[in-house]
Amino acid sequence: MKRMTCPVNGPRAISEFVCGGEIRPMPDPATCSDDEWADYVFNRNGSPGVKREWWCHLPSNTWFVAERDTARDVVLRTYLYAGGA
Amino acid sequence: MPLGLLRFALSKTHPEPRMFTRHDRLKPAYDAVIIGGGGHGLAAAYYLARDHGISNVCVLEKGYIGGGNTGRNTTIIRSNYLTPEGVKFYDESVRLWQDLAQDFDLNLFYSNRGHFTLAHTDAALRTSRWRAEVNKHFGIDSEVVGPEAVKKAAPMIDLACGGHAPILGALYHAPGAVARHDAVAWGYGRGADRRGVEIHQRTEVLGIDVAGGKVTGVRTSRGNISTGKVLCAVAGSTPRILDMVGIRSPITIHPLQAMVSEPVKPWLDPILVSGSLHVYISQSARGELIMGASLDPYEVQSTRSTLDFTEGLATHMLDLFPFLSNVKVMRQWAGMADMTPDFAPIMGRTPVEGFYLDAGWGTWGFKATPVSGKTMAHTLAHDRNHALITGFTLDRFRNFELTGEKGAASVGH
Ligand SMILES: Cc1cc2nc3c(=O)[nH]c(=O)nc-3n(C[C@H](O)[C@H](O)[C@H](O)COP(=O)(O)OP(=O)(O)OC[C@H]3O[C@@H](n4cnc5c(N)ncnc54)[C@H](O)[C@@H]3O)c2cc1C
Repeated sequence: MKRMTCPVNGPRAISEFVCGGEIRPMPDPATCSDDEWADYVFNRNGSPGVKREWWCHLPSNTWFVAERDTARDVVLRTYLYAGGA
Repeated sequence: MPLGLLRFALSKTHPEPRMFTRHDRLKPAYDAVIIGGGGHGLAAAYYLARDHGISNVCVLEKGYIGGGNTGRNTTIIRSNYLTPEGVKFYDESVRLWQDLAQDFDLNLFYSNRGHFTLAHTDAALRTSRWRAEVNKHFGIDSEVVGPEAVKKAAPMIDLACGGHAPILGALYHAPGAVARHDAVAWGYGRGADRRGVEIHQRTEVLGIDVAGGKVTGVRTSRGNISTGKVLCAVAGSTPRILDMVGIRSPITIHPLQAMVSEPVKPWLDPILVSGSLHVYISQSARGELIMGASLDPYEVQSTRSTLDFTEGLATHMLDLFPFLSNVKVMRQWAGMADMTPDFAPIMGRTPVEGFYLDAGWGTWGFKATPVSGKTMAHTLAHDRNHALITGFTLDRFRNFELTGEKGAASVGH
């Protein structure tokens, strides 16, 4: 069974979590161009590598950050969000 | 013993030509280079040579042909999609499938079974009705049927699904079929090879040269090539190739898993899909049950499968067919599905001149192998998007004009 470590609840089955996608800076919708907004809404970095992602432990509704290697399918580090993109 | 077999047994050298010619080295230049020797890349090569007389072409495959998603898929062929763009496109593919075996002189084991999308909720029944109406409008054979029709076609089914999720009806699509995936890759490969296309296996593309916004060449693990046209048909590796030419896209890679059981007596003729239980099943000519589920829920670029998948799939399969509890699982595997936000493919010209994309095939691209090959060959030959793919171009995202196909493509691949 794959596991994920919630920074609050410790290691749990990964089926208890949901991935919220890579952490990305949001352009200001009031000032950015339509192209920049479309790029933010749709485009993703789909290549393999180590990514910083939002994850949520569903039973406790704890959102946190996970660093995950998407090529090797391993979670490197998890921690609570402390600001910054 | 058939005579052919005897000939093989007695001969010291291989008595028949192999499926393809082996080329010792790459030429310095080609009119077009196709990256990816899956069904899509090989089909494009075949139609380029057959219909457009362009045969100074090479197909570069980093592993062996058909070893990607083509050889990992559960081979469901159908055209009961939701959007007019999708319905017309997949319908043309179903038409092309019909005489493909003749074309290739190769048995593709194309087997017309009929396809049920089971509805366990009112919402699912409503989507079925919607799909049926769109389909009928375009002359495609789809209808909403009641639970008794499901029971008649699959007598072993438990319509109550153990009481959890009783089946209220289904979308029935008579043209639904399965085919032998490897044979499709080999058939297109052999047909292209005989018309002069070079297939290079174990040849990985490492870089693409672009000058002044135009493609000029391709760098590979076996040397460099100059060319003005490149078709990228690499499914789960698409983002890596797009990085080489600096194109951004919405494609992310998620594993899609499947499994087969040990062979059992034929008992299941149609293909059954349940969106609510997230499973689907068909029985192969060998008697194996071919079963799949929905996508893994987060991004991973690897083809390892998991125990969670087998357990989840088996649990829901037993809701539908409790008598399968004694049947053993024989194999399980995963492929890397190139997913798009609207569950439609991304095809055609790109901002880089001479660089063409055939991707975003996610969990649904096997059935489209013939039509994507045909339309991409046309697009390459004329440097203009084929009329059937204009709803699938990359710039639909920039223009906020998505082709919402999720209702028809999410579990029923
Ligand atoms: C488990 C599973 C079940 C599925 N079920 C169905 C189904 O029932 N019906 C349906 O219609 N579709 C289904 N699909 C989807 C379908 O398999 C794919 O959409 C389709 O096969 C894609 O074909 P392709 O030729 O584009 O890609 P592939 O067959 O993946 O071929 C791409 C090739 O590119 C090669 N490549 C990658 N990078 C490079 C490089 N740098 N240089 C050279 N070569 C490279 C790869 O080795 C690979 O062989 C399923 C997929 C999976 C994984």
